[in-house]
Amino acid sequence: MSAQKNRVATGGRIDRSKPVRFSFDGKTYYGYQGDNLASALLANGVTLVGRSFKYHRPRGIVTAGPEEPNALVEIGTGAYREPNTRAPQVELYDGLVTQSQNRWPSLDFDIGAVNSVMSRFIPSGFYYKTFKWPKDGWLFYEKFIRRAAGLGTGSTETDPDRYDKVYGHCDVMVVGGGPAGLAAALAAGRAGARVVLADEQSELGGSLLSERDRTIDGKPVNEWVEAAKAELAGMPEVRVLTRTTAFAYLDANMLSLVERLTDHIGPTATGPRQRLWRIRAKEVILATGAIERPLVYSDNDRPGCMLASAARIYVNRYGTTPGQRVVIMTNNDTAYQTALDLTAAGVSVAAVVDLRANPTGGLPQAARAKGIEIIDNSAITQVKGNKQVREVEVQSLTSDATGVVGSARHIYCDTVLSSGGWQPTVHLHSQTRAKVVWDDGIQAFIPGPIMPGQNNRSISSARGVFGLDAALKEGHQAGAEAAAKFGFSNVTGNAPSAEAEPESQPLRSVWIVPSNVPVGQGGKHFVDYQNDVTAGDVKLAHREGYLSVEHLKRYTTMGMATDQGKTSNVNALAIMAGLKNVSIPEVGTTTFRPPYTPVTFGVFAGPDKGDYLDPIRKTALHSWHTDHGAPFECVGQWHRAWYYPKSGESMHDAVNREVKATRDSVGIFDASTLGKIDIQGPDAAWFLNMVYTNAWTKLEPGKCRYGFMCGEDGMVFDDGVTSRISENHFHMTTTTGGAPRVLSWLEEWHQCEWPDKQVYFTSVTEQWAVIALNGPNARKVLEKVVEGIDISEEAFPFMTWRDCKVAGVKTRIFRISFTGALSFELNIPPSYALQVWRALMDAGEEFNITPYGTEAMHVLRAEKGFVIVGQETDGTMTPQDLGFEWIIGKAKPDFIGRRSHLRSDTKRTDRKHLVGLLTENPTEVLPEGAQVVEHVKDKPPMTMIGHVTSSYWSPNAGRSIAMAVIKDGRNRMGQTVYLPYEGKVVAAKISKPTFLEDGAPANG
Amino acid sequence: MLLISCPYCGPRDEHEFAYGHEAHIARPTLEQQQTMSDAEWADYLFMRKNPKGVHFERWVHSRGCRQWFNVARHTVTHEIVKVYKMGEPAPKLEQK
Ligand SMILES: [Zn+2]
Repeated sequence: MSAQKNRVATGGRIDRSKPVRFSFDGKTYYGYQGDNLASALLANGVTLVGRSFKYHRPRGIVTAGPEEPNALVEIGTGAYREPNTRAPQVELYDGLVTQSQNRWPSLDFDIGAVNSVMSRFIPSGFYYKTFKWPKDGWLFYEKFIRRAAGLGTGSTETDPDRYDKVYGHCDVMVVGGGPAGLAAALAAGRAGARVVLADEQSELGGSLLSERDRTIDGKPVNEWVEAAKAELAGMPEVRVLTRTTAFAYLDANMLSLVERLTDHIGPTATGPRQRLWRIRAKEVILATGAIERPLVYSDNDRPGCMLASAARIYVNRYGTTPGQRVVIMTNNDTAYQTALDLTAAGVSVAAVVDLRANPTGGLPQAARAKGIEIIDNSAITQVKGNKQVREVEVQSLTSDATGVVGSARHIYCDTVLSSGGWQPTVHLHSQTRAKVVWDDGIQAFIPGPIMPGQNNRSISSARGVFGLDAALKEGHQAGAEAAAKFGFSNVTGNAPSAEAEPESQPLRSVWIVPSNVPVGQGGKHFVDYQNDVTAGDVKLAHREGYLSVEHLKRYTTMGMATDQGKTSNVNALAIMAGLKNVSIPEVGTTTFRPPYTPVTFGVFAGPDKGDYLDPIRKTALHSWHTDHGAPFECVGQWHRAWYYPKSGESMHDAVNREVKATRDSVGIFDASTLGKIDIQGPDAAWFLNMVYTNAWTKLEPGKCRYGFMCGEDGMVFDDGVTSRISENHFHMTTTTGGAPRVLSWLEEWHQCEWPDKQVYFTSVTEQWAVIALNGPNARKVLEKVVEGIDISEEAFPFMTWRDCKVAGVKTRIFRISFTGALSFELNIPPSYALQVWRALMDAGEEFNITPYGTEAMHVLRAEKGFVIVGQETDGTMTPQDLGFEWIIGKAKPDFIGRRSHLRSDTKRTDRKHLVGLLTENPTEVLPEGAQVVEHVKDKPPMTMIGHVTSSYWSPNAGRSIAMAVIKDGRNRMGQTVYLPYEGKVVAAKISKPTFLEDGAPANG
Repeated sequence: MLLISCPYCGPRDEHEFAYGHEAHIARPTLEQQQTMSDAEWADYLFMRKNPKGVHFERWVHSRGCRQWFNVARHTVTHEIVKVYKMGEPAPKLEQK
């Protein structure tokens, strides 16, 4: 086992009896159970963990939480590989494989680092300007940018993990399981409210997990946390979710959370990997804490530069120090606690450099008492070392802190910690679109008034009120008040309490820590580590006039990386404010949008993938189609038999055979997917008059009629045959794909426009299986199995329907046709459909009855010029455009779309019309969608006058056939037009859109 | 995700509903249709309000009772000011 050189002798919440093996960039290391990847790497002295995005500068771990901008790693291998995970959030498990990102060929020697030398040639604004101008710039730069864009690469294999989704409801949702959140959950839970407490870490406790010697109610904090956990676990109405990040705060108190169930175990785990929670709470308590801001000093990105609070977490919670000799720079008192804790752990703290003069607060005094040197009114002006901090230079500040004076003092160290104050974690508050406001006292944004319609409150450090005792009191009060709002007012127990905080002095804002050379002309003062934005870049943006926060972000890309600028936004705003000489809120505030931290797509998909993505609808005859080798075509959710290949047949062969046999003798087709709507009521006929373009009042019971539905804009919306069953009862059919939207359409007009009309609509699509018999011998087949009616032409003419029995099954037959051939459409209760189908197959054997699929159906209808809504139409075609002038009820006073047919534009006689196209070469089958031109040029652009909507080989016509919509088409009969495509030009003649003049008529 | 209180079913998640369009747009009567200009008809067909503030709109409980109803919703805050049935007049709002 390799030595963990930075592991301190004792302490931490790690289990030193349980070593855990992991690898980083191919090298094996050991940590302990309870470590995260960052703490384990630090323990092993691995400080170089990544290369920066733009300049490929060596980078180390900066934070101990989700705000980490540098230590982004790929974890896992093969299909399990996941990029851009934040090392402090990766729990260590045995066999964990991790890799650094954005380096080539290796982290230690990286060719991209040449960008660092070349940095003046890719200044800030490079991307912004590249996108903006010149217009071809992006095409030129794209390859370069894509290659340089240094985030990790995801796996290209199918995600092998499973994900889960669940909804939850509660009275009180508490986000954050630190002292404030725990106190809130306890108070609300004791009162009996239904509570959900979520925390992103592996265990509850928050900041208490990295306290060294604090107490609550006289007990060490760890004991108090354990007692709180046990009490919460015993409350039946309280649910505790650990390893759960509330990443989105949506409307009306809905939070989205991701619970990481097995990420800490790795690929050997069973069960779902993550779970998406959508929790609707009556009240939300945001106890999300605060994030420390780094100071912006020269070369503050050297590996070994870290937040002071992060070092405190590593040493107290994980028993590891970031280095052996530490210098701390601060503008406030809290960093002294880190100095004290490191000293207590035996780590050498060389000095605390305080930007303030003469700090006399409780913590600085305690540090002095421990013999820690404090260098006040001073700044770190230089950080030396490349892959690891080696030395700092410290100089005294001028009185306005914009420069330094005096000689530099050199201090050898391997770690520089900084604290620039604390920014409350206002992300979730901001996601509700509520404002944040600037607080001069703590020099940070705090939550402003909440949004109407949202019920939430931010408490404790999440609203800029710091201190353990305050956290406990605010938490208790918030939990009690929230519970009481919903009738749970009997809170037992008092607020927990902690000893008073040491007296402290205010921070001093020095937004750019001066160096001994002007900013931008020596070392780099990084503001946004992840996107490599420096104080110099903000200055450049200012000089070029990009002054508002939104411009600043786009110009520099500041805050636009995956960390959303958690550590950088305020610093950048403050620097811009300084340059403009205005207050920080005058520059603007930042708005945070979901997600708080990146969320894997898998958890959004959850189980809704593959066969479970969308329901599959199968007809009652599906098994017969499968048994007879039919491939299926997806039409909406329906799976429809496409064609029935015989052995050795290609699709083309099979379709030709089916089309020919149907036209010559008889074909049988499963038309069950046809949309069907049962319409009843005394106003049913009146209603049909309004939604169809033609007249329905006089249609007699027993008869059928074809109709077009239009939108109020006059354009074709759906078509189908509707039959009158009785005076107040109709049976409507719609296109297969259009059934749901037609039903919704009818309901909307009825409920919203004509609610006093008595009419009722019921979907009966799945209540009737439909078998269509088509072809000259259809009657001869049906005669053998029909009972109870005379099906002769005279007794049962075209466009009528009859009830009867077929093969012993009650059947309703419609004499309607979608092939133009003699046709009977049999409507049968679905459970009996297979029986009827088989009986028809037997009866038809002597006539070579041929099952045909949707492809043959398309060819058959096209041969006769029948349109398909959605294929021949696209929302810009009127019935008149399609050649159905006759179907418009001239005598009808009103129907939906009527007024639009009178608009000057819809009355034009040169609109696009539906026509036929006959290619000069009869074997040339045009591609659907091909554009039609009148005059061919040697290259585009050419004036396009229309396009092909349907195109097939017609075995009955013995040639290719096509339908097209062409400008002024009906007035161009016989004209030759051209279709340039795929490097050739095909000539075709405009014809009527019917292709079989001598075929048997539908009523034959 | 809005929480919409269907007048027939009670509060349900936005997922269950579908947005229609602006409410209270009366379809012109036949007489009006016969006298109105193309521009006036286009106004009925296409022109919709887009207020920064309370918008009256109609929704349908498409994955529930399938009933249409009206919603007065604030387009900035997304606050649902009132839900009311078809045929009921738009609520008068306090001037803020
Ligand atoms: Zn409902």
